[in-house]
Amino acid sequence: MEMIAVFAPLAAFIVAGLFGKPLGDKGVQFITCASVILAAFASISLFFQININENMVDKSYTSVLGQWISSGDLSVQWALRIDSLSVVMMCVVNIISSCVHVYSIGYMKDDPAKGRFMAYLSLFTFTMLMLVTADNALQMFFGWEGVGLSSYLLIGFWNHKHSANTAAFKAFIMNRIGDFGLILGIIALFVTFGTLDFTQIFESAGKHAQDTYVFMGMEVHTLTLICLLLFMGAVGKSAQLGLHTWLPDAMEGPTPVSALIHAATMVTAGVFLIARFSPVFEYAPFALMIITVFGATTAFIAASIAMVQFDIKRVIAYSTMSQLGYMFFALGVSAYGAAMFHLMTHAFFNTLLFLGAGSVIHALSGEQDMRNMGGLHEKLPLTYAFMFVGCLALTGIWPFSGFYSKDIILGSVWSDHSWFGNYAYWLGVVTALMTAFYSWRLLFMTFYGSSRTRSEVMELVHDAPSTMKIPLLVLSTGAILAGGIFYGAFVGSHEVSPAKIEVAIEQQHVEDLNKEDIQKALIKAVEQAHETRDENQYINMWSRPYFWHDAIYVSPENDTVEAAHHAPFWVKQMPLLMGIIGIMLAYFLYIVRDDVPLILVSKTKPIYTLLKNNWFFDNVYNSVFVRSTLSLGWFFNRADKGTIDAAGPDGCAGFTCRFANNISNFQNGFVCRYALVMIVFLICLISWFVYKADPSFYKPKVMSEPFTTQETVQ
Amino acid sequence: MNLPPVLSIMIFMPLICALMVGMVNGEKGDELVVEKNIKHLSFFSSLFVLAFAIFMYYHFDPADASFQFVEKHSWFGDVGISYHLGVDGISIYFILLSAFLTPVCVLASWNSIKTCIKEYMIAFLVLESFMIGAFSALDSILFYVFFEGVLLPMFLIIGIWGGGRRIYASYKFFLYTLLGSVLMLLALLTLYIQSGTTDITVLMAQPVVPSLQKWLWLAFFASFAVKLPMWPVHTWLPDAHVEAPTAGSVILAGVLLKMGGYGFLRFSLPMLPDASLYFAPFIMTLSVMAIIYASLVALVQEDMKRLVAYSSVAHMGFVTLGLFSFTTQGIEGAVFQMLSHGLISAALFLCVGVLYDRLHTREIGRFGGLVKNMPNFAVVFMVFTLGAVGLPGTSGFIGEFLTLLGAYSTNTYAAVFAASGLVLGAAYMLLFYRRIVFGPQDNQDVANMEDINIYEKIIFVPLIIMVLYLGLFPNVVLDRVSPAAANIVEVYNSPATGEESKEQ
Repeated sequence: MEMIAVFAPLAAFIVAGLFGKPLGDKGVQFITCASVILAAFASISLFFQININENMVDKSYTSVLGQWISSGDLSVQWALRIDSLSVVMMCVVNIISSCVHVYSIGYMKDDPAKGRFMAYLSLFTFTMLMLVTADNALQMFFGWEGVGLSSYLLIGFWNHKHSANTAAFKAFIMNRIGDFGLILGIIALFVTFGTLDFTQIFESAGKHAQDTYVFMGMEVHTLTLICLLLFMGAVGKSAQLGLHTWLPDAMEGPTPVSALIHAATMVTAGVFLIARFSPVFEYAPFALMIITVFGATTAFIAASIAMVQFDIKRVIAYSTMSQLGYMFFALGVSAYGAAMFHLMTHAFFNTLLFLGAGSVIHALSGEQDMRNMGGLHEKLPLTYAFMFVGCLALTGIWPFSGFYSKDIILGSVWSDHSWFGNYAYWLGVVTALMTAFYSWRLLFMTFYGSSRTRSEVMELVHDAPSTMKIPLLVLSTGAILAGGIFYGAFVGSHEVSPAKIEVAIEQQHVEDLNKEDIQKALIKAVEQAHETRDENQYINMWSRPYFWHDAIYVSPENDTVEAAHHAPFWVKQMPLLMGIIGIMLAYFLYIVRDDVPLILVSKTKPIYTLLKNNWFFDNVYNSVFVRSTLSLGWFFNRADKGTIDAAGPDGCAGFTCRFANNISNFQNGFVCRYALVMIVFLICLISWFVYKADPSFYKPKVMSEPFTTQETVQ
Repeated sequence: MNLPPVLSIMIFMPLICALMVGMVNGEKGDELVVEKNIKHLSFFSSLFVLAFAIFMYYHFDPADASFQFVEKHSWFGDVGISYHLGVDGISIYFILLSAFLTPVCVLASWNSIKTCIKEYMIAFLVLESFMIGAFSALDSILFYVFFEGVLLPMFLIIGIWGGGRRIYASYKFFLYTLLGSVLMLLALLTLYIQSGTTDITVLMAQPVVPSLQKWLWLAFFASFAVKLPMWPVHTWLPDAHVEAPTAGSVILAGVLLKMGGYGFLRFSLPMLPDASLYFAPFIMTLSVMAIIYASLVALVQEDMKRLVAYSSVAHMGFVTLGLFSFTTQGIEGAVFQMLSHGLISAALFLCVGVLYDRLHTREIGRFGGLVKNMPNFAVVFMVFTLGAVGLPGTSGFIGEFLTLLGAYSTNTYAAVFAASGLVLGAAYMLLFYRRIVFGPQDNQDVANMEDINIYEKIIFVPLIIMVLYLGLFPNVVLDRVSPAAANIVEVYNSPATGEESKEQ
């Protein structure tokens, strides 16, 4: 089953790539869509196979495909690791990818290279699946770089556009900077653990908890070093602060690409990476702290920039970045389940928003500036409805999926009771307010008010074709329901209803119990239930410890997800409250008094400039890093000719030539010159012989000499 | 098992074929027929050598760590210099590479060489013979003869069929490498006087007096560092590449550079372990410098061949980094990196050749938007660009990863700085690719260029297959390399050496 789920997209890519011409565009579209949908069904069935089976032993397995690298004690396999973490990712990737594949048929209808586009999408899907099903760190790196490549190809898909090429290049390089850390992290893993195999690494992570290691002359805590290096890779891929500048630019790619790669899947690879390595990160509290701070700051900064953007796709891009920040600070307080939960719900609602925005752009013949939109809800009622759902989910309004995931994340960071937990909590709350503001600003500017679109564009406005509507429908269903359904499984409480406890007690035949024992008993009961194949225990399969099993490791004292369930009421309801305030603010500013935003902008000029220029990251990077690298290149280029060559071969050759020339100049045929040389040499020669015969001849006559001789005579 | 003397056949067959090519003649007016015959004769003879190389590979015992296909005949009977050939898991791949790239070169020159085609083909066949000889020689003087002999045909290829500044470039190439090699000859003679033998297998087993090791090491270093080339003695390479004809660049980058790395593996590492350990930090520094410096220079090049040449310098930096880590992964990675670079850089030069044949310029700025009229070329070029970038799944990644891994376990500084080559490498290669293939088409000449023809496809397809196959299943190489690499690593793990403490 996992073979179909992973390799169907690859097969589609190869067929589409090699036989694209004879198949024609229609054929390619059919093959790619069919295989990805097939893969989606395969992964869903795999999900059920993993999570609703009767046997705890089958919760995870590895299917080995072959040997990749073996060199000395390094041995790396091609293998697929199937456990709850990877099946969750596989489901997300394949479902979203299917939606995007089908959507692209409609969206790219008029593009001459749509066959190539579909092939790239399939390639991306395959590499992403390789990433999430990797059984060892190096295979994960294979997928990691593979998604980078497909992202590069897809961002630069319209390769005649200068801006698209620049954005693609930038994305690849920024990612590579992250990968620089990641590959060093992988190497450090090997040096520490002697293997790259996940199972072995995770089993022995605890043994290395106290190790230190000399790295570049400094003695550092081994696991912290590894985790920080891995995190560097995640920062690049997931567009966290510092290496994030490629993400907004990546919007140069076609909108389905933005939805698939830059909202739902590839950018969440960093979150997945850290969740996957949770058994290692648990022993590196310092690294976790750094992650929290990075995540929270990213969430805040990205949301603040999103508030002032006018490009509809850029708003959503910054929103993605901000939501990724949420996931990261959840990871930082060991709430891996919560991060994965948000990853999943976010995949649904942000893809929905992107594809909805794509519908708007498609309807308006390529217009992306929200200042040229407005009043579209009558013309595009369905798109409007989908976007409305997406915004509600992003804002975190009950009962949409975003509510559940944001709630549990903020609850978890609050329950961490550390300074960085509180930092993340309060920034997260403010960010929730800003999120609501910018998402509803987007909705109001696009669909409400008077139309600001040029009339000739307006005439062509039409709602999306059915190939674009059906994916939106699937996604909005996900955006509405996913949160509620999977809450218990991903982040549910250990504590359960009295009825279930009774069952547990019966199962365990334990009589006098305190609270902790009940919980332990319950977990045991669940396990036992599966061993005894008791059908009545079905509901327990959706409990958190059973769901994640050993795919995610959280040390008991760090279980912030559990603590989040006991957080005070106000902590939990804060994001919802902020969301509502944000919506009202947006409503006031963009519907009731649409002259206020301009006044606000003029009143807060410095802040507005800061936000408008994306906190000047790009400017600083360009003037500091890019320029200095290039000028160093020019300098070395000149040095190559000017110094190394001049002193080395050219210099030697030149010297030899000049020397030879000078020597040969003696023989110029002038007799008087020859005579001169002869005389000079004769003088030298005679002097030499005289010196040899009596060296004292040249010695200055010292006054004391005669006296000494006289003395000796006497 | 009675096998024919495969190595001798592979060395002498190209020479005999070269003689035959020399004898091809015709009446006036038959020039076209003659030319055709010459091309076919050289192509098929090089294919024949390739067939023998594959035959040898097939019969090679991967588990055996000693030399195989050994042939030994007395040469200068009295002084003990012999005609001694043999291959191990390292050299067999270089022989395969040479045998593989020669027919590719002949094909690549099919239409692009217009003058003196006979002499050109003779030069290539002689070159092939000497290359195979150098990689299979087990006698140090025999090795030296082949090692130096290679210079002659290459000197002619650059000097006669090269570009505008071909004389400067060919002399620079010849004298630069010769200077290093003369020092190596001194070292070889010293070894001979010391131990009374020129047999490499015997020399490898006999330790050299530590006090002498450093001087010998430096002499070998002078030769191999220039050949490889290492920073800062790399400056002959860009000039030679720029002026050489496409096929010349292919052989130069594909095989000749590897002789430096191979020399380190055969002489410096096993024979002079103490000195190698002593100089390891020095080499590491030079490697890192090569990687960063060459990458930065490549970033600002306007000339396509110069860019690829500098990328070669950077990639060879990984080779020395791996070799002087003295770890299994490092040495195997270095061998792999050399092989993979042999394929990828050869292919990149062929790509540049495709463009040069059509527009007769190497200036990057003249191109742009090629993807429109040359879609097949764009795909081919993309594969090799990614190989050079070191994307996992291509052969480029395996070598870089293993050498970095090796370096990291001995010297974290070197590994961290060298890893920055990953970023810079991606930057210059993708920028290069983008400027040539993507973007708007401003130049009408570029827009009229035709896509790759059938000859070029025949050249590129096997290269693409090799690059991807080695990237996905590197073990076909690593399995055979590992016994030979283990022999070398063993020297460093034994307590006798390593008295002088390893750095970090």
